[in-house]
Amino acid sequence: MFLIFALTSISVLAVITGFIFMQGFPLIADVGLRDFLFGTTWEPTRGQFGIGAMIAGSLAVTFGAALIGIPVGICCSIFMAEFAPGIVRKIFRPAIQLLAGIPSVVYGFWGIMFVVPFIRNYFGGPGLSILAGSIVLGIMMLPTIISISEVAIVSLSHTYKEGALALGMTHWQTILAVQLPAAKSGIVAGVILGLGRALGETMAVIMILGNATALPESILSPVRTLTANIGLEMGYATGVHRQALFATGIVLFIIIMLLNIIAQHLTNRGDMIE
Amino acid sequence: MNLNISEKIAKTVVWIASLGMFGVLTSIVAFILFKGLPAISWSFLTQMPEKMGREGGIASPIAGTFLVTVPAVLIAMPFGIGTAFYLAEYTKGGIITRAVRFSAESLAGIPSIVYGLFGFIFFVVKLNLGWSILSGSLTLAIMILPTIIRTSEVAISSVPKTYKEVSYSLGATKWQTIRLTVIPSAVRGIAIGVILAIGRCVSETAALILTAGSVLGMPDSLLSSGRTMAVHFYLLATEGISPERAFGTAALLIITVFFINVVANTLIERLFKRVGR
Repeated sequence: MFLIFALTSISVLAVITGFIFMQGFPLIADVGLRDFLFGTTWEPTRGQFGIGAMIAGSLAVTFGAALIGIPVGICCSIFMAEFAPGIVRKIFRPAIQLLAGIPSVVYGFWGIMFVVPFIRNYFGGPGLSILAGSIVLGIMMLPTIISISEVAIVSLSHTYKEGALALGMTHWQTILAVQLPAAKSGIVAGVILGLGRALGETMAVIMILGNATALPESILSPVRTLTANIGLEMGYATGVHRQALFATGIVLFIIIMLLNIIAQHLTNRGDMIE
Repeated sequence: MNLNISEKIAKTVVWIASLGMFGVLTSIVAFILFKGLPAISWSFLTQMPEKMGREGGIASPIAGTFLVTVPAVLIAMPFGIGTAFYLAEYTKGGIITRAVRFSAESLAGIPSIVYGLFGFIFFVVKLNLGWSILSGSLTLAIMILPTIIRTSEVAISSVPKTYKEVSYSLGATKWQTIRLTVIPSAVRGIAIGVILAIGRCVSETAALILTAGSVLGMPDSLLSSGRTMAVHFYLLATEGISPERAFGTAALLIITVFFINVVANTLIERLFKRVGR
């Protein structure tokens, strides 16, 4: 009986993949893979389906978010694992958990209220921009990165740290030269999952990126991501237009699955080391 | 540079980054609560929204949240827990186990908008359920499946081996052992997974907009369209309908997530205490 449940659970992934590919594939075949991926004109009413600008948008925002989220996230996980006094840790941990659970629309709203006007006033441009999106997504991916990396550092065997300290290394040298490299696969897995969260985020980016379908000129330009493209237009799309949105979903799905597979590979390797 | 000085600088950077991060994140929550709590009142919670949400309360989005979440969790539970039992108790690490685990972990990483796409084409269009609470629920049920599988599997495999051995030595069958020994010991851990899954349902927006629609009225059956608090908040906030009510809804969402976490944490602590004993 349990096998039946388990098989149903696996088949879900297959069914999701099947349906999305079935819906989107005909359009990619019609338009041609190259024109679909690298074309930069998205005008569904005129039958122009190129998602190049959105791929660029997704990558730009995710990259920007990574620049903020990864260093801060790793610093925080070192802090939580090594420096934080017990009481601080007791406050931080549930706080980070709460922050991971807050709906993404709330982060998006905060972005509109604070980040967007700040950029408009001090950097110029419309404010709704790659920069604003990177800041908000960088913050949103922090809880994921911190919680997974902290576990990776804390669960290292004590002998690593004790050995290094016994050799006369300082605490900081131990962290940098011994603990971080040893926890590397766990930390990278956390980072990849965080990137996946940024890349897959929909509502918050619709709220703060401005959603223009043109190629961005600078980090102050508005962009549209793959996810936003689906979220914005699915409500009214029909026919070929709808197929094009599913095709957008295929591209997103493939990118995310690649990230997933890398993360799973790294986590499994980490398990083996232990 | 002097070793001591560079070390101090590094530590200072870590402290500043961490406290800064904590400051920013708490300021987000504080800001929403500060602006939103004054808007929450008994009538806000119990009255129907009027004029597209410009006036009145949020009774129907609260009901919508409830109606979407409960069936989703009830549907996902047997499949998620069943799969977890299979992984933890029955499998010997063959190709099926690897496939199940790969699929569960992959599902966990798929963005909610992709679940939305699938839910739209499968439940809304193919099964002809329309934009409805039911389509939304079924979509969320699939989305929370990996959360339930993962936490339940951990809970089941952390049941002490001695429990099972004693049960077998008393002549119990495998199923009796699971039912009378493993399930009672793992039930708290499984509950944690279910609670986290509830949290995901409450805060989901993207997948629901594509599958449950956003009709503001009180849903009269599972087949009518409806909106949850998160969707309601999104529409209020982006369409500039009523900032005051948007803040109120956001504050209520944060409070709900907070309570869900408190319940989960209390369970986790008790679990650790018991395992430690």
